[in-house]
Amino acid sequence: MQYSEKVMDHFTNPRNVGEIEDASGVGVVGNAKCGDIMKIYLNIDENDIITDCKFKTFGCGAAIATSSMATELIKGKSIKEALELTNSVVVEALEGLPPVKVHCSVLAEEAVKSAIADYYKKIGRPIDFEIESDEHEDED
Amino acid sequence: MARFVYADNAATTAPLPEVISAMTECLENTWGNPSSQHSKGYEAKALLDESRERIAKVLGCCANEIYFTSCGTESDNWAIKGAAYRMKKKGRCHIVTTKIEHHAVLNTCAALEDEGFEVTYVGTDSYGRVLLDELEDAITDKTGVVAVMYANNEIGTIQPIKEITEMAHAKGALMFTDAVQAVGNVDINLKELGVDMLSLSGHKIHAPKGIGLLYIRRGLSIVNLIDGGGQERRKRGGTENLPYIVALATALEIATERIPELDRVRAMRDRLIEGLTKIPYSKLNGHPTERLAGNVNVGFECIEGESILMWLDMAGICASTGSACSSASLDPSHVLLAIGVPHEKAHGSIRLSLSHENTEDDVDYILETLPPIVERLRKMSPLWEEIEKREQLTK
Repeated sequence: MQYSEKVMDHFTNPRNVGEIEDASGVGVVGNAKCGDIMKIYLNIDENDIITDCKFKTFGCGAAIATSSMATELIKGKSIKEALELTNSVVVEALEGLPPVKVHCSVLAEEAVKSAIADYYKKIGRPIDFEIESDEHEDED
Repeated sequence: MARFVYADNAATTAPLPEVISAMTECLENTWGNPSSQHSKGYEAKALLDESRERIAKVLGCCANEIYFTSCGTESDNWAIKGAAYRMKKKGRCHIVTTKIEHHAVLNTCAALEDEGFEVTYVGTDSYGRVLLDELEDAITDKTGVVAVMYANNEIGTIQPIKEITEMAHAKGALMFTDAVQAVGNVDINLKELGVDMLSLSGHKIHAPKGIGLLYIRRGLSIVNLIDGGGQERRKRGGTENLPYIVALATALEIATERIPELDRVRAMRDRLIEGLTKIPYSKLNGHPTERLAGNVNVGFECIEGESILMWLDMAGICASTGSACSSASLDPSHVLLAIGVPHEKAHGSIRLSLSHENTEDDVDYILETLPPIVERLRKMSPLWEEIEKREQLTK
């Protein structure tokens, strides 16, 4: 698959790879059967700012690049701004993705939302945004 | 990084210099239409006949049993559809094939199913060897065609075609084998093998893309796929692609002559398998010995094939994957799933396919390059994280 230079850059030098111990929120989306799993860790301060963000991804080149780009785009931003991150913003920032790989960017968007939802659950805040359930991709 | 290692010979091969010069010679001098009634045409016809003779000699059949086509896929389509339509007239509307065939065969069978034919897809053992009992039971007096590949393109497993042919013939069915991957890897003598039809392709044996052939046993008439101007004894229309036919004849002779040299390729294959399966949580896909001389297919847990390929490519190594992510489908290789590899492990499988062109240095380079790639990708994999945590607990 031919990727843009930006995708290759984020694939070969992924930003923010790793884990955060005792993270404010952790989101895991996708499943091994489909060949993509994204796990995003967030540290969020009392002003709802994402102070740190790490990821681990099992998947293809596009999955790794979109995870990296998504973490770059939300780091230092407010929760409100992070919730506005759509998959098309990630695709645009990567200077495009081949059509069969667009689902990877959707996964990145969902991973961020899922990590924020985890944080909300922990602090007892009601989840006031749409989130895909973790199980939806397990269907055959 | 100046190194370049081509280890994707099951996808296509580099045309040999001898093949290119035979082709160029034909393009420059013998460019006539073999059907023309003049000296330029007669000259081309003579070269066509000579090429067909050379191929027949290599394959152990008669020249008039060879029909040139545009590729392996066309040959597969023609053989299965042509034979299915023929046998339908005898009330045999059933086809038996396997779950690990190439898409050229599987999708041809699927198209026939849409037309009302019944198709049985026989499974394999965990090494990719067709279950012969199941195959024998599947063939009935309603079966028109049995289609089993000679050797698998992904995992290289070689099937006992002679034995399967006997099973098909015992029930009065026609036997077709897709030998695209086998040619140049196993000795093929069509008279001894006994199949009714066999397909092969030029570009897997160092001829160019765009040329294939179908062997049809003398006395058997199947329905045409491409009607036209009476070429190929009225069985396959279209002006003969003479330069490529000459190339195919040359490549096939060389490939067959070099079969004894495959021991060297086999030794390189085994060294690669040994080295790569030393990586923790990796596994060879397919049979350890009953596989094509150049085929290596290894699965690495917790990582995905396309990511491995991208790093290999950046290091100058060309390989391939049966993984979903490089094709339009999200499903991993149907072959790996058919032999019982779970989805998540099938995603992390890659194929390296060697040829006579490869060297021991190539093997060394792959063995140096691949393990750190696997390690790097695992470090960023959430699945690997789980394995590491589990291992720490058991310590």
